[in-house]
Amino acid sequence: MGADFVVLSLVPIAIGILVSVSCALLGNFLVLRRQSLIGDAVSHVVLPGIVGAFVLTGTVAAGAMLLGAGIAAVVAVLIIEVVRRVGRVEPGAAMGVVFTTLFAAGVLLLEQSDTSTVHLDVEHALYGNLESLIWLAGGAGWPALLDAEALAALPPQLPRLALVTLAVVVFLLVFWKELVIGTFDATFAESIGARPGLVGFALIVMVAVAAVAAFDAVGSIIVIAMFICPPAAARLMTDRLVPQLAWSVLFAVVSAVAGYVLAGYGPLWLGASYSVSAAGMIATVSGLILALACLAGPRRFGSRTAARRRARQSQSSMSNSLQV
Amino acid sequence: MTAFLAALLLGAGYNTAVVTIGAAILGGSAGAIGTFILLRKRSLVSDAVSHGTLPGLALAFIVMAWLTGDGRDIVALMAGAALSATLGLLCVDWITRRTRLTEDAAIGAVLSVFFGFGIVLLTVIQSLQTGGQAGIAGYLLGSTAGMLRSEAETIAVAALLTGAVVFALRRPFTLVCFDEDYAATRGIDVRLTDLAMMGVLLAVTVIGLKVAGLVLIVALTIIPPVTARFWTDRPGRMVLIAAAFGAAAGYVGAAISASGRDLPTGAVIVLTASAFFALSLVLSPVRGLMSGLVTRLRFRRRVHERQGLLALARGEAIYDPLTIKVLRRAGHIRADGVATLKGRAAAAAAVREEALWALYRRLHPDEAAALDHQGLVPIDRALPPDVVADLSARLEPALTGAR
Repeated sequence: MGADFVVLSLVPIAIGILVSVSCALLGNFLVLRRQSLIGDAVSHVVLPGIVGAFVLTGTVAAGAMLLGAGIAAVVAVLIIEVVRRVGRVEPGAAMGVVFTTLFAAGVLLLEQSDTSTVHLDVEHALYGNLESLIWLAGGAGWPALLDAEALAALPPQLPRLALVTLAVVVFLLVFWKELVIGTFDATFAESIGARPGLVGFALIVMVAVAAVAAFDAVGSIIVIAMFICPPAAARLMTDRLVPQLAWSVLFAVVSAVAGYVLAGYGPLWLGASYSVSAAGMIATVSGLILALACLAGPRRFGSRTAARRRARQSQSSMSNSLQV
Repeated sequence: MTAFLAALLLGAGYNTAVVTIGAAILGGSAGAIGTFILLRKRSLVSDAVSHGTLPGLALAFIVMAWLTGDGRDIVALMAGAALSATLGLLCVDWITRRTRLTEDAAIGAVLSVFFGFGIVLLTVIQSLQTGGQAGIAGYLLGSTAGMLRSEAETIAVAALLTGAVVFALRRPFTLVCFDEDYAATRGIDVRLTDLAMMGVLLAVTVIGLKVAGLVLIVALTIIPPVTARFWTDRPGRMVLIAAAFGAAAGYVGAAISASGRDLPTGAVIVLTASAFFALSLVLSPVRGLMSGLVTRLRFRRRVHERQGLLALARGEAIYDPLTIKVLRRAGHIRADGVATLKGRAAAAAAVREEALWALYRRLHPDEAAALDHQGLVPIDRALPPDVVADLSARLEPALTGAR
């Protein structure tokens, strides 16, 4: 745990945690609102956004890419709404039509434009490259954390993601009441003037911001996993919203750290001489946590399933007593 | 352009021709099964299925590379993909039935976790010292460029078989989509039918991986059915139309892709399908943007005509330019705004219509509320003759009394 760790692993782990936590926090509301797949759709349309920005500006500067991706995400959400309303298409299908179309457009645009000189490809957008975000200036080990010069050389993704995580927390705090009412009872929210539609759209915009900020560090697949798996697992642990948020953050942090460590060191423990994709591993660990929660989470059944089970049990006990 | 025409007319070589026909059959099968999935409101399940194939693909590649030294055996890869996609499907089913989580969360969880694990396995493959690694990357986004003739033929035959299965099972599928309970009373096993539906979906997905890629194959099962929905309200026709759109997208897309460089097959096929969708969204006679616009304009014109005629009957001056225009077009008023003979007759008729409708609304408020656009439709066309006769009988003394 010396200088090597600080140079190679500290920043990726920190970035992994930030991405996971910001996505998981928002994901709680997506899961409760049955909009889980919005995260999936938004992170797919990031691709046409960045490719479009590259074609227009000719650079891979972070600002242009993020702006392009953000615009693409918001446009996609609007098109989904139009297709759903105008064509009276079922929401899931509307989403499927729009995000696959935009993703296909992104792929085609990417192949058509000359990106041989820059690092821009579909694989990168899908699963990022967390391991490459090393902190060379951290060679001094832990003391480098106190060295202003070395801190200035941190990969830019880290402060950016810290900012996004902060924005997500502020968003949740400011709109907490509206979000909660709108999520659980949209009609009531409408009647007291809490503007559930507007707050819902703001939530989607925040989802887009989180997904876009995360993609160039970790790729979209981990973003989708983090929007869904930790909140879904947390949903099986408790019936109350604040504890659910807390659980989801815990699960997100555990997935990020355990995933990174397993990807970086796991194969070495098994005697191999390579490491595997950290983003993929983080998604895998979050899935394992969800699987455990599905098997043993104290609130995994919910009221409806629990009632059904109780009924079945009492029925069987009744037939037992009849036999007796 | 000539290259495109050549490919379109199957004149660009045997391999390209087989690939193009294969893509068309694949698109047709995907559109047909996708229709039932759409009607069952489970479109995005196919997203979980397609992402769920990746770990199986990668594992099959690793196993084949270990056994034979080359992992690119299309049959083994398809089998691996089908196995892991089945597992993913079972996971979605298990999570939705056994926990409180909803299907969308289950789909999202399965697709991201399976894909993530697949990526882990892909990085393992990258570190293996084995050939043909580029072969596996083709499955992510689909590529037909380096496709072997045998591969293309396998895909075409398999797609044809799944299409035949959809045709054979179309009746139980339709029944289950529209009325589970009725289907059950007819002796159809709903769970088994659902399973068969998912099985066919899975087969189409796996077959299409190589052509469209696993991120985009889901588009082939969603976009053509949604497109078809714009053109018909009948399930039987919808399946045929979806299959036709899917086949056309596959055929034209593959031909375009074969005719130039840097035209990835999957993306071009999907964009062709999207173009059909966009056209249908605008042009569809029932649900399209254009027909909606026409209906709205026609409705507005009728409201203005009615209000103008009522104003004529009351002898009021009309100032609204659109109302004046509508009345003039219909010949109800002259250029100086004075009502013609025909206009006066129409105005009297409009007053009578309006009075009949008002009476109907007063006598039968519930039935009136259930009709749409009441008041603008001529009443003897909207209501049965005996009701209209009854209304006029009640109305006549009132009218004469007022005079």
